Amino acid sequence: MVQPLNDRLMESPSQTAGPYVHIGCMPTHAGNAGAYAEEIGTSPIEDGCAGEIITIKGEVFDGTGWALRDAMMESWQPDAAGKFPGQDGADPKVSGFCRFAADGTTGEFTLRTVKPGPVPMRGGGMQAPHISVWVVARGINTGLQTRIYFEDEDNSNDPLLKRIEQRPRVDTLIAKKEADGVYRFNIVLQGKDETVFLDL
Amino acid sequence: MTDSARDLGPLVPRNRDAHPPAYYPDYKTTVPRSPQWALLSMESTPSEETGPRFGHNKIQPLDNNLILNWTKGESPAVGERILVHGRVLDEFGRPVPHTLVEIWQANAGGRYRHVKDTYFAPLDPNFGGCGRTLTDENGYYEFLTIRPGAYPWPNRANDWRPMHIHFSIFGHSFGQRLISQMYFEGDPLINLCPIAATIKSRSQLDSLVAPLDMAKSRPMDFLAYKFDIVLRGRRQTMFENKLEGM
Ligand SMILES: [Fe+3]
Repeated sequence: MVQPLNDRLMESPSQTAGPYVHIGCMPTHAGNAGAYAEEIGTSPIEDGCAGEIITIKGEVFDGTGWALRDAMMESWQPDAAGKFPGQDGADPKVSGFCRFAADGTTGEFTLRTVKPGPVPMRGGGMQAPHISVWVVARGINTGLQTRIYFEDEDNSNDPLLKRIEQRPRVDTLIAKKEADGVYRFNIVLQGKDETVFLDL
Repeated sequence: MTDSARDLGPLVPRNRDAHPPAYYPDYKTTVPRSPQWALLSMESTPSEETGPRFGHNKIQPLDNNLILNWTKGESPAVGERILVHGRVLDEFGRPVPHTLVEIWQANAGGRYRHVKDTYFAPLDPNFGGCGRTLTDENGYYEFLTIRPGAYPWPNRANDWRPMHIHFSIFGHSFGQRLISQMYFEGDPLINLCPIAATIKSRSQLDSLVAPLDMAKSRPMDFLAYKFDIVLRGRRQTMFENKLEGM
């Protein structure tokens, strides 16, 4: 026998966000405008922030190819220089955090933000510009983490993308440019072209 | 040094046994919505170790009082009055201070105020069903609310959700993000619920069941339930703060 790790706790288990997650996180989307004086995460940027303003559109598909109408997403990112809020020199007009949802009728989501800069790794090396995304919905037991990279950036030395053994899957993390400042990024929960989901 | 300037080390890798598997056919919607590939694992980076912070400026005094917040204090919601309180801790038992906790729930009849909920239990005109608060410097939070009703849902022929409150917790790192549910001590529907059953370990499911806490209840006013939440920790060691190669 050994000493027990008495001071160690297990992380609380996740449970699905369910179909009504918007009530708590995006009351206006749930039809409950005015529940809070101010909702959080309505935009990751304020007017006048430095950098290129971009719009990312997409859908979240299930294993049958049907776009979810109830998915909610959160994004987290640094400013155009790669600095996160709170870090020295970070752009005060970038909160970095956004909540957005699949449209209840069409399933399309829209994220309007600033294109992030590259982020240094602990101990050296750089990560290519990316936005972290977290997806919850009915039928998703534990929130799914993924990242949005950009096809018009140099992704060749990104340490996370390099770890993907099956090279065709790298594509699932890269937003495609549709027009100046407009990208498409679909999330596929299951099946052919399943998005690479992360554990980090 | 401020928290954001000091390297607190990588996040402790998620113990996936703590959580439900993605695929659990008794909860039918998981069948088409569960990824089949293994997750891509890597040590956390600043993208997961940093996270949004929310200040008191956005939070109103009634935001954590679901009995009164929908009517801005005009008229109380119907139902059994309860205090839900507890602490947000990390895996090492350290409190997580000043972090946002959000909840949402059905009303006393089991009906949600949501454009998509069509259950015939009536809406309570005085109940919105959402609340939020920041933990204090000791990681403590509390909500005043009413006990939500159980409700039926379309899954197997006759599935009912036990009484529950949905919880959303941030922590200080985006990689700590967690959504879960609080159940109530003694509810016989917990053992029949396929969503509760997605959690394989009984002790882990028990950790979502809040006990009645008479010490915190207020005579002639409300009962209390205690619900602690544990988020991922960070692997800070004495070696972690040293520069590479020193
Ligand atoms: Fe529910």
